[in-house]
Amino acid sequence: MPDGSVGQAVKRREDRRFLTGKGRYVDDIHRPGELTAVFVRSPHAHATVKSVHIDAAMASPGVIDVFVGADMEQDSIGSLPCGWTVTDRHGEPHKSPPHFPLVRDKARYVGDHIAVVLAETLEQARDGAELVEVDYDELPANVEIVKAVGGPPLHEEAPDNLCYDWVLGDEAAVDEAFAKAHHITKLDLVNNRLIPNPMEPRAAIAEYDGGLDSYTLWSTSQNPHLLRLILSAFVTGIPETKLRIIAPDIGGGFGSKIYCYAEETVCLWASKRVGRPVRWTSDRSESFLADAHGRDHVTHVELAMNETGEFIGLKVATRANMGAYLSSFASSIPTYFYATLLAGQYRTPAIFCNVKAVFTNTAPVDAYRGAGRSEATYPLERIVEVAARELGMDPAEIRRKNFIRPDQFPYNTPVALTYDIGNYEASLDEAMRMINYRGFSGRKAESQARGKLRGIGFSAYIEACGIAPSSVVGSLGAGVGMWETAQVRFNATGTVSVLTGSHAHGQGHETTFSQIVSDTLGVPMENVEIVHGDTGQIPMAMGTYGSRSLAVGGSAIMRACGKIIDKGKKIAAHLLEASVEDIEFKDGNFTVAGTDRSKSMAEVAFTAYVPHNYPEDLEPGLDETAFYDPLNFTYPAGTHICEVEIDPETGVTEILDWVAVDDFGKVINPLIVEGQVHGGVAQGVGQAMLEHGIYDSGSGQLLTGSYMDYCMPRADDLPSFKVGMIETACAHNPLGVKGCGEVGAIAAPPALINAITDALGIMHLEMPATPEKVWRLAQTAAAE
Amino acid sequence: MPTVTMTVNERQVSGEVEGRTLLVQFLREHLNLTGTHVGCDTSQCGACVVHLNGDSVKSCTILAVQANGGKVTTIEGLASGDALHPMQEAFHEHHGLQCGFCTPGMVMSAVDLLSKNAKPSEKEIREWLEGNICRCTGYHNIVNAISHAAQQGDAA
Repeated sequence: MPDGSVGQAVKRREDRRFLTGKGRYVDDIHRPGELTAVFVRSPHAHATVKSVHIDAAMASPGVIDVFVGADMEQDSIGSLPCGWTVTDRHGEPHKSPPHFPLVRDKARYVGDHIAVVLAETLEQARDGAELVEVDYDELPANVEIVKAVGGPPLHEEAPDNLCYDWVLGDEAAVDEAFAKAHHITKLDLVNNRLIPNPMEPRAAIAEYDGGLDSYTLWSTSQNPHLLRLILSAFVTGIPETKLRIIAPDIGGGFGSKIYCYAEETVCLWASKRVGRPVRWTSDRSESFLADAHGRDHVTHVELAMNETGEFIGLKVATRANMGAYLSSFASSIPTYFYATLLAGQYRTPAIFCNVKAVFTNTAPVDAYRGAGRSEATYPLERIVEVAARELGMDPAEIRRKNFIRPDQFPYNTPVALTYDIGNYEASLDEAMRMINYRGFSGRKAESQARGKLRGIGFSAYIEACGIAPSSVVGSLGAGVGMWETAQVRFNATGTVSVLTGSHAHGQGHETTFSQIVSDTLGVPMENVEIVHGDTGQIPMAMGTYGSRSLAVGGSAIMRACGKIIDKGKKIAAHLLEASVEDIEFKDGNFTVAGTDRSKSMAEVAFTAYVPHNYPEDLEPGLDETAFYDPLNFTYPAGTHICEVEIDPETGVTEILDWVAVDDFGKVINPLIVEGQVHGGVAQGVGQAMLEHGIYDSGSGQLLTGSYMDYCMPRADDLPSFKVGMIETACAHNPLGVKGCGEVGAIAAPPALINAITDALGIMHLEMPATPEKVWRLAQTAAAE
Repeated sequence: MPTVTMTVNERQVSGEVEGRTLLVQFLREHLNLTGTHVGCDTSQCGACVVHLNGDSVKSCTILAVQANGGKVTTIEGLASGDALHPMQEAFHEHHGLQCGFCTPGMVMSAVDLLSKNAKPSEKEIREWLEGNICRCTGYHNIVNAISHAAQQGDAA
């Protein structure tokens, strides 16, 4: 029997190399003759670059070359594109100003790329970079969303700094609902800017082979094929056949390693220009300045209800910060990954959303774990909570009353999605049971007796992931398809290489995918090797983002396994002198139905490669490739409830309990899935209580540019989590899976803010709920 | 340039370094011990934790010349042959790692915790890890792994 049983908490196969220091990350790799690149970055938020003087740097020991934007222009290196065109409310495409890897005219945010210094060592490159003199003409800058329109213009192409003004939903229907509403709840809120901070900083090594006229780029990428496509088709013109991208072990991504960045593009181009490999590793300060940031919305939301507390209309107006340039998928996040989720788990019949996306003198903003869906869940689960308080309803009951019921699936929302399946009441009930909701009032009284403020907060979220059907995203403006690929390659000895387009950077694919293959093909797990992260080995692929690896990448693997079994049946039928229709495949054996005559998968694989006795009309070999394009998004959903206790004397909020009950469909490996929930919740807690990327409104400097200033969640900021699950299998993929990577970051922020405001007896406070903010509110509450 | 000599993972090593060379650079670049990672530039993340003369230290905050004559253990020196150290085993058993980048520092820090406090409470474990940042696990399973290793004994 295979040892990798689906549904079992199989320990991770990849652990050993990481635990013994043998993981291989980009910065661990060295190439003979390599130079180190250091970037000269703008210290100004907005400035014309009048001239760059490189003579002193060129004369510095060890410096080999210094390049500026004009050098790349000379070689026709293009702009870093945004791969999703959003059509605005007037039918016009969004404003898409150029984003050159090294600036050509002016710097538009602190950290923008002015020049690159290449030297024999990192120290020499740093010393050289200090000697590059840049003549700036400072310009007025703006870092604030609300002041962007009409503020100092960043781009000629968008004189009012508006990237797009976009709408979704039926405005007239919403107006009608509001006109007859019994009660309307209104709320203004900010979704704070986050800086992703995977623990491994970005890095790149580029090497040009003059003999083959080809390049290899080692990059900290979540999606090396997508990066190759962007670099080949839009930026450098290097044919895909001449560009190999390797993404080895990657130390976390959370979205920030999806994109095509300036630094790796410069290294790639410079490696040919100087004829030597070029390496670059970001230090943490650069990562704060120049990784794509996340979130950063200002939103006004209104919810209309009838006499019984049923939701009859929802109106949302959001301003979203794009930063100084459009990152690779920036335009799609506050639109198609945001407004489409505003129905949440509820039957609200009429929804209208308007999003204005603006340019500011800040780092580009793009997808970060939970992208768009987290931004949607926050206003929705906050306004539902405030509505319950205004109407005097129990927060669980107002949700229950409005849930889409299990018999209503498939359910078409008024914001363009069709939910395939779910059971929202089941997860709510289980979460309430796990946290002992009935006992809360007693616990609150007990806290009160000790002078503490106790609160409870709900978050009933939904997300759309497993992105996504190519035809759907194409019709919405995506520049790429969103299928995934898998190649299942048997070797003659019966071992299997599985080449997948889904890159792993912490998610444990090597284990989960092995479990699937092992169970499906009846091959022991130790005979299965998962290969990912190399465009030189793996067929064209789309990569890892939007919790798609299992739902889309795993489904591609299943499809390739199906092809292997189909071909194996033909080989076995020949060997067993039976007809193909009579062959059954189970537990790794091809058996003639109703007999004990069988051939093992290993025997069939050997025969496929040593085809001495073989069907005449069949090709040798047992190596199948499949592409899987999903039929729909998947819709993980659930309820998180947390309980907090606030010390009004210090403003410190302690999270006493956290219950997460999620519906991920079928679970392949509960150990790994629970780990994904823990990590996602921690990031959501970080957003709600600790993290905030802040730019100084006067100077445009990033004030939170290091771990001294940007508060990452530490072990003592977090509780242990209680994870429960319910299961409604996804109705449209072969594994019945939905995806689990992002839900924690989606569910957690409103749960926490609901709990903290409950404890304080107030309607709202802005994230992050720092002790100072909480202390001030607690003092005000005490004074009243 | 100064020459430094030290014992790293029970092997005598020496090399010429600049005065400004950090211990982590010496380990990674001179000795090719790339298991020790650099995750920040302000001595906060703890990905670079190694043991120096029996104590956990952040190797990004110590000059190579300061470790001259010392005894250093890195993540590569923790297992004995094929047998993982009990702390490594506990991290594997309890899924205390995801992307693996913070892991070497976490494990080295955890081993030092148990050498100083054999039976730490959950609160003590969480407080000890204040100098080690993990972005993947939410710490839940790291704390779990260290608790279990402490209960098993012999993981110090």
